[in-house]
Amino acid sequence: MKDMSSKRPKSKEANKKKTKDKSNADNLPKPEEAVASEPGHPEYIFPLVLTSVSQELFSCRADEDVTAENPHKLLKKQDIIQDLRHRAAVCDFSPVKQAVLDYPEDELLLVFDRDFTYGQSFYLVLTVQAKESILKPPAEGADEQMEDEEQQEEEEEMMMKTPEPQPWVSLGSEQEIQDQSLSESRPRLRYSVCPLGRRSGTRVRFSDRNALDWKEELVECSSYEDKSFSITRMERDSSTQTCRDNTHTCTQTLWKKPKNMWSQYEPREFSSEEKQHQLQSENLKNFITSVARRFEIYLQQNLIADVFCDDWTALCEDDASLMGKTETQLKEYQSFMDLHFSKEKTISHVQWHPSISGVIVVSMMERLSLEERIDSSTKLLLNPSHILFWSFSDPINPQLQLECPDDVLCFQFSPSDHNIIAGGCMNGQVVLWDISAHVDRLQDTRSGGKNILNKLGKSDATPVVRYCAVSGIENGHKAPITDIQWLPETFEVNKLGTPVENQSRTSVQLVTCAPDCCVLFWDLRAPRVMVHSLTDIKQKQEEKPLENPHGVPNTFTHLNLTWKPFIRVSLPKISSSGEYSPLKFSMRENTVDYNTGDKSVSGADSHVFAQLRMQSAKQQKPLQNISTKLYIATEDGELVYTDWKVEKDNDSGRMLSAKPLDVFLLQDTLLHTVSRSPFFRDIILTVGRFSFSIWREGLTCGPLLMSVYSKSMFSAGHWSRSRPAVLFMGREDGDVEVWDLLQNSRQPSHTQNISTAAISSIRTQTSSAKQNLLAVSDRLGTLHILQIPGSLRRSSSSERQNVEKYFEKEEERLQYFEKRQSDHQKKKKETEAEQQKKKTELVTPPKQEEEVDAETLKEYQQFLTLEKLILKDMNIQNETQQTCNTINTP
Amino acid sequence: MKEYCAATRTHGGRSTPDLSDMAEVEDTLKRIQAQHGVIGTIVVNGEGIPIRTTLDNSTSVQYAGLLHQLTMKARSAVRDIDPQNELTFLRIRSKKHEIMVAPDKEYLLIAIQNPSE
Repeated sequence: MKDMSSKRPKSKEANKKKTKDKSNADNLPKPEEAVASEPGHPEYIFPLVLTSVSQELFSCRADEDVTAENPHKLLKKQDIIQDLRHRAAVCDFSPVKQAVLDYPEDELLLVFDRDFTYGQSFYLVLTVQAKESILKPPAEGADEQMEDEEQQEEEEEMMMKTPEPQPWVSLGSEQEIQDQSLSESRPRLRYSVCPLGRRSGTRVRFSDRNALDWKEELVECSSYEDKSFSITRMERDSSTQTCRDNTHTCTQTLWKKPKNMWSQYEPREFSSEEKQHQLQSENLKNFITSVARRFEIYLQQNLIADVFCDDWTALCEDDASLMGKTETQLKEYQSFMDLHFSKEKTISHVQWHPSISGVIVVSMMERLSLEERIDSSTKLLLNPSHILFWSFSDPINPQLQLECPDDVLCFQFSPSDHNIIAGGCMNGQVVLWDISAHVDRLQDTRSGGKNILNKLGKSDATPVVRYCAVSGIENGHKAPITDIQWLPETFEVNKLGTPVENQSRTSVQLVTCAPDCCVLFWDLRAPRVMVHSLTDIKQKQEEKPLENPHGVPNTFTHLNLTWKPFIRVSLPKISSSGEYSPLKFSMRENTVDYNTGDKSVSGADSHVFAQLRMQSAKQQKPLQNISTKLYIATEDGELVYTDWKVEKDNDSGRMLSAKPLDVFLLQDTLLHTVSRSPFFRDIILTVGRFSFSIWREGLTCGPLLMSVYSKSMFSAGHWSRSRPAVLFMGREDGDVEVWDLLQNSRQPSHTQNISTAAISSIRTQTSSAKQNLLAVSDRLGTLHILQIPGSLRRSSSSERQNVEKYFEKEEERLQYFEKRQSDHQKKKKETEAEQQKKKTELVTPPKQEEEVDAETLKEYQQFLTLEKLILKDMNIQNETQQTCNTINTP
Repeated sequence: MKEYCAATRTHGGRSTPDLSDMAEVEDTLKRIQAQHGVIGTIVVNGEGIPIRTTLDNSTSVQYAGLLHQLTMKARSAVRDIDPQNELTFLRIRSKKHEIMVAPDKEYLLIAIQNPSE
């Protein structure tokens, strides 16, 4: 706001009045703009009351000379002064006398104040500027009165021209700035403060002082938040920006090398029409004719000679057969004879230890006939018989002795646990041993030669192991057990004889046979306990469990003396009544597929047979593909082929076994060996006294091979495990014969005398891979270990095939013979029938002559027609020939 | 007589050209197939599609495709070594069989033989 009159620019009152002046100056057209906040009036305005006389005198009568529209009246100064002289105190202008006299100009302005803005009806303007401003109100409202008329005129003149910059004229803003600015009102004061007593000019030594240590001498002026100085933000600039919602997108990386993962395609083929079309093309014909010759040459080349066969490798296979006789000798490696135990005893059974190499097990038996046994029965009871473990490292002392209740005729290691041995005794009992405690000793002996010190430390006495369990005498066989075999761990047999799955994957069942005409199946597990009544429970509680004597493991205490077979297979004769009395039997080797993921139910506890239980019939899973047929060699020289499954007889309720499927009568003397070939599952060797024969299972015509009857008797027979065509035979005169079926099937390829007594058994080593040792035991009680020469050990690659072919040929021969026989039979029948017919024909009466004539005539007619036909054919041929001849002649 | 013979020849040659050609082709193929030990024969066109075969469809398609590629490769190998040389016959001896391939500009004749019998 600019001030109108700034005569006193430094006073604030003037400022206020200036604002008032401005409003008053604009009062002329608009009386509403009048601001009458102050009761007073500006100094240059003097409100007057003019009487009517004065009004007439000065010709400013209200509402006549001066009106609202024209309120200004200029009065001359001289007139006012004259009036003052005339009327002095009565004059209305007396209060302003002095101001009028001081008025510089001649005319004063009198304004008719109709609205009484200053309190009176008239007011007198005392200053020139005011008068000017009132008389000529400024054109712009904000212009200041300070400007002179000159300026206004200048402004009016300059409106046509562009305004030129004017020199700055202070309009009072300097005062404002100066008010706001800080200026020193007085010179600054200076003080110097120094402590009293300080000597100025001396050296001052400064040192550090830790502020924390001298807290008492410190005054801290720490900063603190003074609320009075805190500035609260009343306003804050903030901005917002819109953005999209979160989205999930994904993108695929650049696939720089596009490659097909897989593609499915079909081969292009021609339809049959296209093929025909192609076949008929000329090009094809030319091609084929040109190529065919070459093809034929090459095809025939292949047949003439095999270009790619390696002569060197083929050569060495035949090497073995060309070797001299020295190679076929069985060299004696070692022989075992025990001085303490083997006197007057024979070896009844020999077995190599299945896992520990170099250990062989021998069962000793008294060399007495039945009468002698009865006579010296008391003596026999005092001298128990033993099973001896021999090791190659110690030929004098056996490593282990197994005590038997009676003479053991045969024994076997369990195939799943090589520490369990089952044996069959003379009295019909089945015996079980557990040698797990002594296995270490057996294994040490293998490397015993190296540790001499250890050997000396050990006691020299061979440990004696007592049997763990014995079957009950009433329940077992009634004759000496001649053969015992374990069922493999792959399957087991239930009460009816059907093979079922073996959950425990260990061998738990045995099969024994004896000349008492039955084959028994035994189970190692405790029978399922069925408690029928309270009395039974009481009885069981009262009975104390038998404790084994010291040193005997408790593996089979549950079986001891109470062991019973669970299947009894009897062998009724086919044609006649009675039964067969088995000596040996042979089962087919059966393999069962189990999932490899199935672990045995009781892994580590397989030793604890007491805890294994026989399965209930529901749990058992029957297995197919297991052959349940047995080949049995009997005392009477028969080979019986039977099934071990029993059926329940509805009438009597007992289990009965079916009649055997086949019986072959071989000889009159007993058959003492039945064994299967290790290479072919269905080839069986039977050895009797005077001959041996080879059979194929299922072939009922006869044996594939039957050896010549020999003078000296066979006492033992064994397949070779490394060569499919080799058999070892033992004779009564102590010879061991090697038969090679591919070389000569009529006589042995090699004979060697081992001992003076009869050979009781021959066994080949199964545990080591070399397979070069043969164990031969004789009736004197000596065990000979022989080395098999290389030629008998190593089989050529095609030997197996050759042996198979040989057997097949034999089979064909047998079948041919059988066929011939049946044909012959038929023919025989036919001839007989014809003869019969002839006889009946002769009885018919002779025909009459007429009929005979008619018949002959008919025949003659038929002959004529036939002749004509033939001639016709011949004629035609003649014709064609003639025409051909004519054409061909040039 | 010459005219007569010529007449017969033209008569025999043109009226049924395809049948006699086909018969010849058939005869040759049969002869090859009848050789001892031959398991099968396949006639393949220039693209590896069998035209005539004695084996079943899937086997012959497989043999045709694979041997066609191999023959092309062998042919280019022989040519690369000596540009004036060319592949006349290909024999692949394996443990069980011998495969024989006779290549041509347009066709391929494949025979599989079992030589050990």
